[in-house]
Amino acid sequence: MNYLKATTFLIAAALAGTALAAETGGRLDIVVQPEPPGLMLGLVQNGPTQLVAGDIYESLLRYNTDLEPQPSLAKSWTISDDGLVYTFTLQDGVKWHDGTAFSADDVVFSADVFLRETHARLRSSLKYVDSITAPDAQTVVFTLNEPFGPFISIFETGTMPIVPKHIYEGTDYANNPANATPIGTGPFKFSAWEKGSYIHLVKNEDYYLDGLPKLDEVFYRVIPDAAARAVAFETGEVDVLPGGSVENWDVPRLTAMEGVCSTGKGWEFFAPHAWMWLNNREGPTADKRFRQAVMYAMDREFVRDVVWNGFGKVPTGPVSSKTNFYTDDVNIYEHDPAKAKALLDEMGYNGEPVRLLPLPYGETWQRWAEAVRQNLSEVGIKIEIDATDVAGWNEKTAQWDYDMAFTYLYQYGDPALGVSRTYVASNIAKGSPWNNVQGYVNEGLDAKWDAAAVMADPSARADAYVDIQKTIVDDVPVAWLLELEFPTIYRCDVQDLVTTAIGINDGLRDAWLEK
Amino acid sequence: MIRRFSKHKGAMIGVLILAIVVALAVFAPLLYPRGPWAMVQRPFLQPMAMEGFLLGTDTLGRDVAAGLVHGARVSLLVGLVSTLVALLIGVPLGALAGFYGAWVDEGAMRFTEFFQTIPNFALAIVLVAILEPSLTSITLAIAIVSWPPVARLVRAEVMAVKSREYVDAARLSGLSNRRILIEQVLPNTVSPIIVLASLMVATAILLESSLSFLGLGDPNIMSWGYMIGAARTVIRSAWWLSFFPGVAIVLTVLALNLIGEGLNDALNPHLSRKGHA
Repeated sequence: MNYLKATTFLIAAALAGTALAAETGGRLDIVVQPEPPGLMLGLVQNGPTQLVAGDIYESLLRYNTDLEPQPSLAKSWTISDDGLVYTFTLQDGVKWHDGTAFSADDVVFSADVFLRETHARLRSSLKYVDSITAPDAQTVVFTLNEPFGPFISIFETGTMPIVPKHIYEGTDYANNPANATPIGTGPFKFSAWEKGSYIHLVKNEDYYLDGLPKLDEVFYRVIPDAAARAVAFETGEVDVLPGGSVENWDVPRLTAMEGVCSTGKGWEFFAPHAWMWLNNREGPTADKRFRQAVMYAMDREFVRDVVWNGFGKVPTGPVSSKTNFYTDDVNIYEHDPAKAKALLDEMGYNGEPVRLLPLPYGETWQRWAEAVRQNLSEVGIKIEIDATDVAGWNEKTAQWDYDMAFTYLYQYGDPALGVSRTYVASNIAKGSPWNNVQGYVNEGLDAKWDAAAVMADPSARADAYVDIQKTIVDDVPVAWLLELEFPTIYRCDVQDLVTTAIGINDGLRDAWLEK
Repeated sequence: MIRRFSKHKGAMIGVLILAIVVALAVFAPLLYPRGPWAMVQRPFLQPMAMEGFLLGTDTLGRDVAAGLVHGARVSLLVGLVSTLVALLIGVPLGALAGFYGAWVDEGAMRFTEFFQTIPNFALAIVLVAILEPSLTSITLAIAIVSWPPVARLVRAEVMAVKSREYVDAARLSGLSNRRILIEQVLPNTVSPIIVLASLMVATAILLESSLSFLGLGDPNIMSWGYMIGAARTVIRSAWWLSFFPGVAIVLTVLALNLIGEGLNDALNPHLSRKGHA
């Protein structure tokens, strides 16, 4: 085979640099909110589980904040130039936390057997995979049936956690007693879980990278009340507040404290993208000019600065600037009420009331809806906010019973993984609030989405996505609001905490405490 | 009677406060024509930090004073309308039960007790949650939880009045039961109902505020309870956002209670003298 894009990383040299400065030892207390339902990452992938189990389990790769793949369980990899064969060479001397040796068989078992059964999101990517084989104990080969572009982005811990074959093979995965005491290859080992209080992880002394991890132990603290979490941080009881664990309004107060740092990084892989569904089927929102007017009427910078304390970025379109293949070469919707009014006049908007459904996730989102209503009412759009709870929100969006509705979704690093699902007509299906809820149909674009997903040449893919973004930004199928950043707040003596695209989920491998 | 009322110092203070609140509510659109939701200045402006923003601005830069003035409209409207609706339910039910007695009384009172056994506020929350929060559903919910005391009071009054001689006289003169009830009995139960109603308006304002505080208010309408509820998350950094609406609620409710007390003393001089003895 002809390997054009051979990539090998000299991680030993890179790590030696930081290892000189870094100090070892110490304990970290991190808030986990809410308490995870379980820690077996192959079975449960919600946020809190990923936060804790991302240090217990590993995947073949990790991603830096530019979403470039970095070595994890695989020390090097190659992609054939037709984009069909991915060959991974695994690290030396890797052991499971119970002492058993790790091998390529575990990878094949995890990806081909275990996760195919348990992990819906990975399964939809694995349909492009013809075979997964282990020619020897340190090599894994994925052979694809089509050159699925985003394939290199699926080797993230929460997407493809490698699980121990010797524990799970032939068992009932969901009821395996080992789920309570997760065994991974990661830098930290599970020690104890006091339900309702804390989860305790300890350093993996046999970790395959010399000198890592630096920390001795980590406590994930369960504190159910947001105000109490803020107080726990103020009093020094916890060292790290992961994104979203305190109310937005507390963020300025906490970050203003002495010796407290914060970062909006560490969300590049998820790239949470907030928008309003605009019902493309009926009412004023069915008119493209009305939807464009909404974009011009909103003061999105104001909301970013006031409601989100300056964290986040005003999006230009459907693809987050953090996601691969983003372009800003599209029509930019500035805050321009005059233009909005002109568009409304042109379509002959008659003042028909439009319902707005906020996301019932607390005060921040309620204020956001009020700000949008005010912006829209100033250009003459009559808005009525619907009051609802989480169940009502799910029901109304899933049943298309709304005019405008707030939401946000993850992008997973690639438009084919996390963006196209919102805009292709094949994803219009009543009953789910996560698909093409707005009912946007553009057949020409559908074909382009499909083609772009399976282009072997990255520059051809990039061109295709520029084309797609231009068209979709003009159509405004949904009103893009903000690239969300949930700030991680931590004490400044915690170093190298957020170094990857999933932040503290897998950041503790490299984190250390300055003494 | 009006003289007695005007001599009651507390009542006059109550009337004064209420008059101011009513005036502010009535002239709200003139005082703050942009409405309570307009984002007019930078957020978290301290009270009196800038001319024209006496009470500061909230989390989105909305004028707190505009919110208070427009919120007064909602509080008074909900208070009055829900009390009226409660009277419309409670008075006829109580009157029928008290006047006809027997199985009518039994039935009406068991029905009333059914509502009385459920805590007011819990029932109001459930009703609003089921009906979806809107001004109508909130007013209706408050009315539904407030009518039972009216029914019981009217029943007792009617029972007391219907055994008076003039009622017997009316009956002997051939008046129908309906006319006796409406023309002879009910007018003589009005004074305790007025006293109760003034207190019910106060309770209704409190209930509306509590519902809005919990996020069960009409999201399209600025009310005092909403202002406090929204300010709860920033109470440590922006005290004025919850303080001023809180003061508004306290003053209004206090005013209505004072008026109620004054009315009670004025309408039942007999009771009042005993109370002061």
